[in-house]
Amino acid sequence: MTSALHSPLNACLAILVLWGAIGLAGLLRPTSLRFVARSLFPLSALASLMLAAVAAWSLGVAPERAILAIGLPDLPMHLRRDALSGVFLFLLGAASAGISVFAAGYFRRGHGTSAGLLCLQYHLFLASMGLVMLADDAYAFMVSWETMALSSYFLVTTQHGLPDIRRAGFLYLLIAHVGAIAILLAFGVMQGGSWQFTFDAMRGARLPAPWAAAAFLLALFGFGAKAGLVPLHVWLPEAHPAAPSPVSALMSGVMLKTAVYGALRVTFDLLGQPVWWWGVVALAVGLFTALYGVVFAAAQSDMKRLLAYSSIENIGLIFTAFGLAIVFRGVGMSMLAALALIALLYHSLNHAFMKSLLFLGTGAVLHSTGERSLGRLGGLIHRMPWVAWLTLVGALALAGLPPLNGFVSEWLLLQAFLFAHEVPHTFVNMLLPMAAAVVVLAAALAAYVMVKFFGVIFLGQPREPGLAGAHDAGVLQRLGLAWLAAGCVALGLFPTQIINGLRGVVKQLSGADLPGQTAPWWLLEPIPGRQASYSALGFLLAVTAIVLLTIVGVRLFYHRRVRRADPWDCGFARLDARMQDTAEGFGQPIRHIFGQFFLLRRELPTPFDRAPRYRVLVGDRIWERLYGPLGGLVQRIADRFAWVQQGRIATYLLYSFVTLVALLALVL
Amino acid sequence: MRPIEIITQLLDLAAALVAAPLFVGWINQCRAWLQNRSAPSIWLPYRGIRKLFHKDAVIATRASALFRLAPYIVFGAMVLAAGIIPSMGTRLPVTRIADAIALVGLLATARVFMSLAAMDVGTAFGTLGARREMMVGFLAEPALLMVIFVASLISASTALPAITEHLATQTLGLYPSLAFTAVAFTMVLLAENARIPIDNPATHLELTMIHEALLLEYSARHLALMEWAAALKLFNYACIGFALFIPWGVSTVQGGPLALLASIPVLAAKLIAAGGVLALIETVSAKVRVFRAPEFLATAFLFAVLGLLVHLLLGA
Repeated sequence: MTSALHSPLNACLAILVLWGAIGLAGLLRPTSLRFVARSLFPLSALASLMLAAVAAWSLGVAPERAILAIGLPDLPMHLRRDALSGVFLFLLGAASAGISVFAAGYFRRGHGTSAGLLCLQYHLFLASMGLVMLADDAYAFMVSWETMALSSYFLVTTQHGLPDIRRAGFLYLLIAHVGAIAILLAFGVMQGGSWQFTFDAMRGARLPAPWAAAAFLLALFGFGAKAGLVPLHVWLPEAHPAAPSPVSALMSGVMLKTAVYGALRVTFDLLGQPVWWWGVVALAVGLFTALYGVVFAAAQSDMKRLLAYSSIENIGLIFTAFGLAIVFRGVGMSMLAALALIALLYHSLNHAFMKSLLFLGTGAVLHSTGERSLGRLGGLIHRMPWVAWLTLVGALALAGLPPLNGFVSEWLLLQAFLFAHEVPHTFVNMLLPMAAAVVVLAAALAAYVMVKFFGVIFLGQPREPGLAGAHDAGVLQRLGLAWLAAGCVALGLFPTQIINGLRGVVKQLSGADLPGQTAPWWLLEPIPGRQASYSALGFLLAVTAIVLLTIVGVRLFYHRRVRRADPWDCGFARLDARMQDTAEGFGQPIRHIFGQFFLLRRELPTPFDRAPRYRVLVGDRIWERLYGPLGGLVQRIADRFAWVQQGRIATYLLYSFVTLVALLALVL
Repeated sequence: MRPIEIITQLLDLAAALVAAPLFVGWINQCRAWLQNRSAPSIWLPYRGIRKLFHKDAVIATRASALFRLAPYIVFGAMVLAAGIIPSMGTRLPVTRIADAIALVGLLATARVFMSLAAMDVGTAFGTLGARREMMVGFLAEPALLMVIFVASLISASTALPAITEHLATQTLGLYPSLAFTAVAFTMVLLAENARIPIDNPATHLELTMIHEALLLEYSARHLALMEWAAALKLFNYACIGFALFIPWGVSTVQGGPLALLASIPVLAAKLIAAGGVLALIETVSAKVRVFRAPEFLATAFLFAVLGLLVHLLLGA
């Protein structure tokens, strides 16, 4: 037993099994919320912490394998743990620790799935994500991938009494499976005629260039469907609001990263030597996704839809870094590829923390007020100070402001772009700085989105009288939020240490090591001699020192007298909460500037309306441009073949017979 | 850290704190002259700030702690920004903790806190101002970063002192790319500092104001800090412009204390000239509607991109 625990792989497996056991334990007393939420979920959070610790420890340990004799005869599950899986396991453990603690205080007696079943689905979801990161053959990978999709589908449809939620769940399931087919096909291509589906065989296979490209594109499509790359993003804004908040947090913060993991695994590990133009494809898709996501986020008025679109943006940024890394690797500039990969992994980690934090914050607000629409919130910083201030950390981090973590990955990505002028393809060389401009635009818009998100929910006056009764989150919920907020701060303040931890992975993927750190420990200087450095800690200390000096100075030289009075009403003495910007109002400049992106439907009042109403619906053009025609096409094809369906058993038996004969003829 | 570095750093900070309100006063004076008005005293911004510090702070009943904290954070961010920008000497030890990209992040932090504080009280003007400020911000930030990218591609560094050092010690060559980006930068400067084509610092007209709408609820010491921070922001932008486009006269790594001393009048001359030019631009141009602001800033972005393309094509 003790020797088994010396190997990180076994320790990881033990934790996954523990998760499974916790899930099953929920079935013992499925209706006891007290048992499930207050005992099992905190236990699960401890397991998450252990996983994070084991994964962090495993980064420095050589890769190891295991074969589990589970599954079909002669088709055991191959498992392998290396540095890449270590990073993503760390992400899974660290983020889910906070989410599980929060969930312990979150679940209430509701109408949907019973607590015990929910517990089973939740932990199956966690364990399958862990297994995805450990799988070392296509079979194990696909089984855990599908378990992940199914368990999360059931979690999304917790409130399955509502038709909207069933519809959202179906859409999610559909796109997840379209993606899974593409991934399966990619594995089919990558086995390269050997019919061996272990990842080792795929690493060894030498694919002709067109087949390698086909495998890459299939994998990009398949993992893109899970990650939410445009135009496969349509499920995210539907599924995230439908799911309970901890599940949204888990899906957005962690599950989207399994797709990033898959894309990295296939491109840099299994295919081995990526070609530079693959990177251009990924870069273009990623950039478009980033811009599309953030523009739509700015126009949303449902807080969870807003966050879902913001996740699309962040996935776009991650795939931009992915594309950049491929371009650099393809043209043989391994060191810059390493830098881009660091930015990618760093942003994945950051996003896991900050987006989970924000989703949990919306969960606390939702519980306290029963409102998801931004137009009916406001002023909650007075009623829910804990949630408000902790959410502010996440919002500032997501806005990419120093010294928090969002800025670090953005900074690294921009540095990678800035060194790109040495790429030997002139055209790519020209386009990369433009790409950097789009990244900057997306990042700047993210700040806009976050000001809207935080400002409309927590600041200003309450827009509904019912908000006066809002109460702050409970202790467990605060603990979960605080854990994630602390993660955002720590990832922001200690970039050098984090990057040192990521060194091994990056070396494994890009084939090159970043040059050794020559700067002191508090200074981030990714490529020495380039004179580009940043120190979050110094930054924070400097700003804090100046702020404190100013406060002390003002107190010392002047006074600290304060009077409270009504706000300035410009002489119009009936200022009320309805005169603040609504969420729609705050998004108005975006709708104005990026009008082409949206499908806008406005209902304007006429001057003679007794009860004037203004309504604006912001739709996604992808639906009418792509999915509408696609659905019509499928319908037409189905109609064409409808005659096959006769409804008589004799006919169907005939079909089977003919098929059998045809197959026999083919085989013999 | 050598003594000369500390002296440079302190001088840099002190110059910013002292000269920023003066710079605003100078621009106001120039504007008044150009518009045939009798000019206010150049010391007027100082008197305003001093007066405000002495007053009792009046805070809206609904305001949260964020509202009271924001002026200090905004002011702190602007002071740190001033410490990063080499206005007189390039030997600034603080610049190691923040390069040009972090500087842009710092300015964004100030903007976000200002907008959040404006939304805190929950008046119509506050939210309106926050929305417009963030709009101008997200349009101006990419243009500003493109400008910085061009400069850092030329000098292979994103640290401002290194950029200035490189450009200042170069044999006097013509950089066509920098000419384009200088135009872009000027436009960004006007937009970000609430100057005339985008905003009018002299009015409180509801339909058009951006910056003043954000500050409507502030009074006394908080307003004083915000005003001072706004002056610092203008000063900082001017100094970024000097550092990128007219870096001559700053004391470089080789320069001793004498060079540092000599750089003080050079900076003053630059500021006097820049103030005149700014006043001239503001006098001859009219304020555009808020909806036209995106076009203005898109033009700025286009100029910056042109500069980048010129740099990549010509290598200069």
